[in-house]
Amino acid sequence: MYSEKVMDHFQNPRNVGEIEGASGVGTVGNAKCGDIMRIYLDIDDETRIIKDCKFKTFGCGATVATSSMATELVIGKTIEEAMKVTNKAVMEALDGLPAVKVHCSLLAEEAIHAALWDYAEKNGITIEGLEKPKSDISEHEEDEEY
Amino acid sequence: MKKVIYLDNAATTKVRPEVVEAMLPYYTEHYGNPSSVYAFSTPCKKAMAHTREIIANALGAKTEEIYFTNGGTESDNWALKAAAEAYASKGKHIITTKIEHHAILHTGEYLEKNGYDVTYLPVDEMGVVDLKALKEAIRPDTILISVMFANNEIGTIQPIKEIGEIAKEHGILFHTDAVQAFGHEPINVEELHIDMLSASAHKLHGPKGVGFLYIRKGLKLRSFIHGGAQERKRRAGTENVPGIVGLGKCVEIAVASMDETKKKETELRDYLIGRVMSEIPFTRLNGHPTQRLSNNANFAFQFIEGESLLIMLDMAGICGSSGSACTSGSLDPSHVLLAIGLPHEIAHGSLRLTLSDETTKEEIDYTVDNLKAIVERLRSMSPLYEDFVKSREKKEIQG
Ligand SMILES: Cc1ncc(COP(=O)(O)O)c(C=O)c1O
Ligand code: FES
Repeated sequence: MYSEKVMDHFQNPRNVGEIEGASGVGTVGNAKCGDIMRIYLDIDDETRIIKDCKFKTFGCGATVATSSMATELVIGKTIEEAMKVTNKAVMEALDGLPAVKVHCSLLAEEAIHAALWDYAEKNGITIEGLEKPKSDISEHEEDEEY
Repeated sequence: MKKVIYLDNAATTKVRPEVVEAMLPYYTEHYGNPSSVYAFSTPCKKAMAHTREIIANALGAKTEEIYFTNGGTESDNWALKAAAEAYASKGKHIITTKIEHHAILHTGEYLEKNGYDVTYLPVDEMGVVDLKALKEAIRPDTILISVMFANNEIGTIQPIKEIGEIAKEHGILFHTDAVQAFGHEPINVEELHIDMLSASAHKLHGPKGVGFLYIRKGLKLRSFIHGGAQERKRRAGTENVPGIVGLGKCVEIAVASMDETKKKETELRDYLIGRVMSEIPFTRLNGHPTQRLSNNANFAFQFIEGESLLIMLDMAGICGSSGSACTSGSLDPSHVLLAIGLPHEIAHGSLRLTLSDETTKEEIDYTVDNLKAIVERLRSMSPLYEDFVKSREKKEIQG
């Protein structure tokens, strides 16, 4: 049912864990299916580069794999570059997801945004294109085309 | 292929070699159409009559009360739709439960769209139907009560005798979906006042796509599948003779070895439950502790999600199933787990393991050992577990 890449990231998830004193933490869930993802970011204030990213996830195989891939994709990027890591980018990097699992990849995108939002709030800055994240993405997912 | 530990016998079972052996001649030698006149078809007719006898004996029924179908789903559809139609002049109210298989629930919804009223009875936290609620739900226009014999997810066995008595007292038809129970639990349709009963061969080490509906003599149920005159004009279509032979054989074996199988399975099941409950913290046993199918264990592991659990078990060669929303494709966890009162996030972490008479203690030990490690690993990745641990630490510091 899942691609080899998904299975690899599920079996050997990268960057699982917490970051103590993280620059930003974001937790989002999908109240409908009950899944929760938390992303921790460690950001260099000077260069705005994401030095480290860790995650914790309560959800299906696709959710674990998308969290893992998303952390890989944002580490080493600037905030602006990280804003371009969409759920589609994560899915492509994983060689696709089954149609019923597309909504799981939205959690990853939303969790990164939530963590960035937390960072921006703490530091009194604005990040271009970043909207206040929803803590529950199940509303959002209706308009997504599967 | 690597070794597979198959613990999903509620989904389907391995066909016994003896069953396959009994079926084979009916493909290549005795392939005649049972409806034909010539002697060449006689073995087919005989074989079907033999299966009917085995089933009738197993149920304490008469042979002419057994109708072959293509399985549990068809039998359930037939029982509900035909009873609804036949007794519509008496009333249009049907009582069933919230924990039925979709073959009953979706048929109930279909009938609701067609002018029937359906009451879905609640169950208690062990999954047992509330008899008081049943009595209160009965109305003058109630024509049918349909309650499953045993639940396919949590294994809870219902008080069928009491329900049968209540139905009889009120002159209401009683159907039971015994797909999970027939051949596993002793069933006598007279003692239990059952008017209709659905069963399926593939849950009993028989072939897929064959089962039967028991219909008490005298019920006015009409045909559901229209066509030829097979099954006393009540179920048309050339019979699945090899399947019916397989059905007979698997029932024969199941009935003959029922006590022994039950004893063996119950012991192993309780060993499994005992190990899991004592070795994995924050775990709940779903279903009734004793009034449950001898091969069924169902757990909810807090803070983790079932699909991830299933994939990791699969990687260790273990087949199980889950009522998690993520495995349902519908974003809702199992209706059965919700009906017994589990909150969504706990229903999410459910795991059903169902044994067979071939399951060994070594397999159970291997499964529990793996399960322990997997649950621990998934918890270490779970934000819910992290929150739980942190709030507990806080309390400890404050306390
Ligand atoms: C309780 C129950 N009813 C009905 C069915 C459907 O039976 P079948 O697969 O033979 O159509 C099943 C099997 O999944 C079941 O467990
Ligand atoms: S997290 Fe529930 S389906 Fe993916």
